[in-house]
Amino acid sequence: MPEQLLQQIVNGLLIGFMYSLIAIGLTLIWGVMNIVNFAHGEFLMIGMFTSFWLFTMYGLDPLFSIPICFLLLFLMGMFIYRFIVSKVMKGPMLAQLVVTFGISIFLSNLAVYLWTPDFRLIPPTILQGTWEFGELNLSIPKTVASIGSIITSVCLFLFLRKSKTGKAILATEMDREAALLMGINTERINSLSFGIGAALVGVAGAFLSTYYYIYPQVGGLFGLIAFSIVALGGFGSIEGAFIAGVLVGLAQTLGGFFFDPAYKYAIVFMIYLITIWIRPQGLLGW
Amino acid sequence: MKDLSLKQITVGLAVMALLLIFPMVVTQIFPLQIMILVFMYAMLGVAWNIMGGYAGMFSFGQAAFFGIGAYTSSFLLMTFHVNPWIGLIAGGVVAALVAAAIGYPCSNLRGHYFAIASIAFAEIVRVHFNNWTLVNAAEGMSLPMLDESFMNFMFHNSKVPYYYIMLAFLILALVVCYFVATSKMGYYFRAIKESHDVAEVLGVNVVRYRLIAIMISAFLSAMAGTFYAQYVLYIDPESVMLLAISVQIVLLSMLGGAGSVMGPVIGAAVLIPIAEVTRVWLGHRGTGVDMLIYGFLITIISVYQPQGVWGLLSRIGNRIK
Repeated sequence: MPEQLLQQIVNGLLIGFMYSLIAIGLTLIWGVMNIVNFAHGEFLMIGMFTSFWLFTMYGLDPLFSIPICFLLLFLMGMFIYRFIVSKVMKGPMLAQLVVTFGISIFLSNLAVYLWTPDFRLIPPTILQGTWEFGELNLSIPKTVASIGSIITSVCLFLFLRKSKTGKAILATEMDREAALLMGINTERINSLSFGIGAALVGVAGAFLSTYYYIYPQVGGLFGLIAFSIVALGGFGSIEGAFIAGVLVGLAQTLGGFFFDPAYKYAIVFMIYLITIWIRPQGLLGW
Repeated sequence: MKDLSLKQITVGLAVMALLLIFPMVVTQIFPLQIMILVFMYAMLGVAWNIMGGYAGMFSFGQAAFFGIGAYTSSFLLMTFHVNPWIGLIAGGVVAALVAAAIGYPCSNLRGHYFAIASIAFAEIVRVHFNNWTLVNAAEGMSLPMLDESFMNFMFHNSKVPYYYIMLAFLILALVVCYFVATSKMGYYFRAIKESHDVAEVLGVNVVRYRLIAIMISAFLSAMAGTFYAQYVLYIDPESVMLLAISVQIVLLSMLGGAGSVMGPVIGAAVLIPIAEVTRVWLGHRGTGVDMLIYGFLITIISVYQPQGVWGLLSRIGNRIK
């Protein structure tokens, strides 16, 4: 029992770090633009497929496709912001909510059209097997993905706090008008943030593709969980989303362990509802 | 809201007459099927509109109420042989109670937070029904065959009775929506939509009126759910509680024009035939082309016509005047 519990905690942490990486991209977009990107899960799916095709066609290990995923999704995010999202920013809120749903349906079905709805898996590559510590098993791909997620999150954090552009993003997030008055080109910051948000989830997709099934609808569930994490962590809070991601990962595996695995995602959504009831601004929101 | 003008009444009666004679002229199954779906989604859109369009709570979880309605009446019919018409009311009451229970803690949530909370709620309901053995879990429920009669809410040889019943339901929903929109309550709803805080300061009991809006909306959605169960005679969580249904409802309301009584009806009349026809033409090979076009259309509409077709029509109308 204690070994099993420990194993579940470890599994929860491993999936939790992955959730964190997926969610920080979403929270960045949400925080800066006050737009909920319902296509976030589909960006993840595209990252996974990019990594899959690079491996299948050129034999490139998913670990090395990370920069390519980053760049591709960055450009795609900028493009989608520039030509679609920016046009609804001043429109009614309902249009803002619905537009990314449209993009999400379009992208996932484009993937079905191009690559069929099949489930695919990248065969074990550089990363394979498990480390064993006594009773405890640590899947190597998952561990590397978790470490990668932490490193990426720290990079983002440093970028936002230290670089000039990063500070401009944070300033825009805090007060758009004031940032504009200080001479920050907020429109450029918007498209940059959308690009970075997409790029981060692209990186998450590359990591996830080393051990998870790759299929056109994969984004749906991850996207939904990411929303809960973002709202749980607090509106636009990177640190909040990171912590909430880990908490959700733990809640999911422990909930499945103590109650019923079939309900593990329901438990995640339940925690979310309870949190926003007690603390509508989320854990680290203000 | 101004009273209906003579012109509007004339147009309304003409459309009504056309709809009434439609099944007598067109006897093919497919157009009837599409019309029934249009009415059903229009009703769901009208129900959404009461809480979304008027009271400003953008729910992306309407499928939960729809599913609860379908499940309540079907469960009562299967287990206790309760007449589906009584099941219809029971489903509405259960959905309204669930709506109140979930709506109360969410009564302070606004905008995006409410939208995501509604998704979370609907997903919990779906997962639960997928695992709840009392209602056959993921296997779903096949309704028992009863004799064909209006009392039994079951017709085996023709879709025409379903057509008229669904039309009547839709009209009922429109009447409810019209009364809500023109009553004092409608003004409270719009005040809450414009600004939660200002409405509160002006003495509107925000929590109470938000709850009323959610409960009316849930009741009407559940009625459509019971209709669906009686019409298809088979339900499972994946056919009545999917997020895709909730999204469809929001989309057609937006497309038609949220916050106007007839908006969702126009939205359903445009969107559902497109969705059904592309699905039948292009969807059979499972290539995703139909949904691809659908997603593309939604994106285009949100960008270029965010006020909906109703907004466009009234703008043209104003120009003519």
